[in-house]
Amino acid sequence: MRAKDAIGQYGERVAVRHLLQAGWTVLDRNWRCPEGELDIVATDGAVLVICEVKTRSTDVFGDPCEAVNWRKARRIRQLAASWLATNEDCWAEVRFDVISVLRQPSGAALVRHLEGAF
Amino acid sequence: MPLARTSSVGLVGLQGHLVEIEADLSKGIPNFTMIGLPDTSVREARDRIRAALVNSEQSWPRRRITINLSPASLPKRGSGFDLALAVALLAAAGVVPASALGDTALLGELGLDGSVRPLRGVLPSVLAAQRAGLHRVIVPADNLAEACLVPKVDVVGVASLADLVGYLRGEQCRVFIGAVAEERPPLPGPDLRDIVGQAQGRRALEVAAAGGHHLYLQGPPGAGKTMLAERLSGILPRLDDDEALEVTAIHSVAGVLPPDSPFVRRPPYESPHHTSSTASIVGGGSGIARPGAISRAHRGVLFLDEAPEFASGVLDALRQPLESGQVTLHRSGGQARYPAAFQLVLAANPCPCASPGGDQSCVCTSLTRRRYLGRLSGPLLDRVDLHVTLLPVTRQALLGDGVAEASVDVAQRVLAARAAAAERLAVDGLRRNADIPGPALRRRWRLARSTMTGVEAALDRGLLSARGVDRVLRVAWTLADLTGAASPGRSELDEAMGMRLRGYAA
Repeated sequence: MRAKDAIGQYGERVAVRHLLQAGWTVLDRNWRCPEGELDIVATDGAVLVICEVKTRSTDVFGDPCEAVNWRKARRIRQLAASWLATNEDCWAEVRFDVISVLRQPSGAALVRHLEGAF
Repeated sequence: MPLARTSSVGLVGLQGHLVEIEADLSKGIPNFTMIGLPDTSVREARDRIRAALVNSEQSWPRRRITINLSPASLPKRGSGFDLALAVALLAAAGVVPASALGDTALLGELGLDGSVRPLRGVLPSVLAAQRAGLHRVIVPADNLAEACLVPKVDVVGVASLADLVGYLRGEQCRVFIGAVAEERPPLPGPDLRDIVGQAQGRRALEVAAAGGHHLYLQGPPGAGKTMLAERLSGILPRLDDDEALEVTAIHSVAGVLPPDSPFVRRPPYESPHHTSSTASIVGGGSGIARPGAISRAHRGVLFLDEAPEFASGVLDALRQPLESGQVTLHRSGGQARYPAAFQLVLAANPCPCASPGGDQSCVCTSLTRRRYLGRLSGPLLDRVDLHVTLLPVTRQALLGDGVAEASVDVAQRVLAARAAAAERLAVDGLRRNADIPGPALRRRWRLARSTMTGVEAALDRGLLSARGVDRVLRVAWTLADLTGAASPGRSELDEAMGMRLRGYAA
């Protein structure tokens, strides 16, 4: 496994823990289809939330969530549609969040949760 | 507060427009959007501000940043909005209190290290802010002296963004509070004392200065045409407060103001080279046109040395500004109007061979001579009141020990003549004889028929055109002002005709 994937998986574990602590229900993790992958699909009650997790070990190159550009946002929207098509539940509202995880040299990582990022 | 407002000024030509800058920080993926018709140089502000904030120990807000420049219909250009944009961001992020920004305009370009760099056009921008009713303007420290020329507004100079943040927070820090600088007497320019002989040229220069007449000097090389022209602005009266403010504003936009003593009191002198392009002379450039040599010479002297060598298009482009005293330039970014009430001095050799001995030793054929001077178009020369032919300097004048009159003495006579003309012309709202319209010359300032016989004869013989008569009359009035006569007599009219007819038959 390459280092960047290891950091990504670490970040996703941190993000899931953060959501569970906030009382959310995680419906799916690393859901894959031919077009790509959704990091976390969760719900905080009535709203379906598609979470994109970005993890960095340093903010020298900017905040992790700045890496989510319009192209990535468009892909995640299409993937969300695919996920909804393969699941039978109906959701009145779907929201897209970005969770940025900044790994610290020691101690807990810095988590920033942007609700309704795009 | 996630929303903050600051004010700045955008210039279109010499006209300043107040620009309101709104910064909004909202939740979402961090990004930066600027709307409200910014051009590329304004968009680049984002990278300058980002580096300047970080290097001033502030943090770049990790929010969705939206900046709006209003009025959105006005094209914004240049780096002068940097400071206002940065402070709007800081106020929206809560770093500086929004209450400190009321009634304040901010001008300045940022360096990556957070330093505040000087700008062009600060004077007209501060004037626009003051007229819009703002009470305080923050400018780059290097532009402080220039900004202080505007009355009834508090001017604060800052050298760095960190200083400005401290100042707005009410902390102790290094800012420069504006005070009107004492005017230093201008350095002495070239003096008329240096010119030997050339009584005729000196007389013509004095008349040109006293009446505001355009001047055409023709003569062999070494006769002193250039020396005379260089000394004209030295005998013109100093600019009064309104004129000086106007001229300083133009020089500020053109970027030619000296930073230490910015107030232009001495009438400017411009002598563009004869290869200059039309755009550099009348003004031009893409987007919004910038002022050219004729506007930098506003209220001063535009000297075209070797006038026949100028491209004919360049010379003919001067005709319209010569009549109207201003120039309006239309470009894709909008139109700019610059004042251009300059006094034109043309100098030419009589022929291409330019023999220093004068016409006696010329080897040119008459056709060559005619063709050379024919490059100066009739309509242009028709607008020039004084046509003077200089003769080569004589041995006695050059090597003798006669002392020539100094510029200060001539300037005194010029000042007295101008005062007399201004007093007489006050009813028409004019100040110089050169500005009297033709009909007024022939009605209100009509001369007795008995003094006009010489002029009438010249008109009958076709030596003078109708417009030429008006020009002779204007010069005659100036000659009368110089001698202190109430109105020109026959001798003044004869001298005026001599100055009109020698080089070129109208």
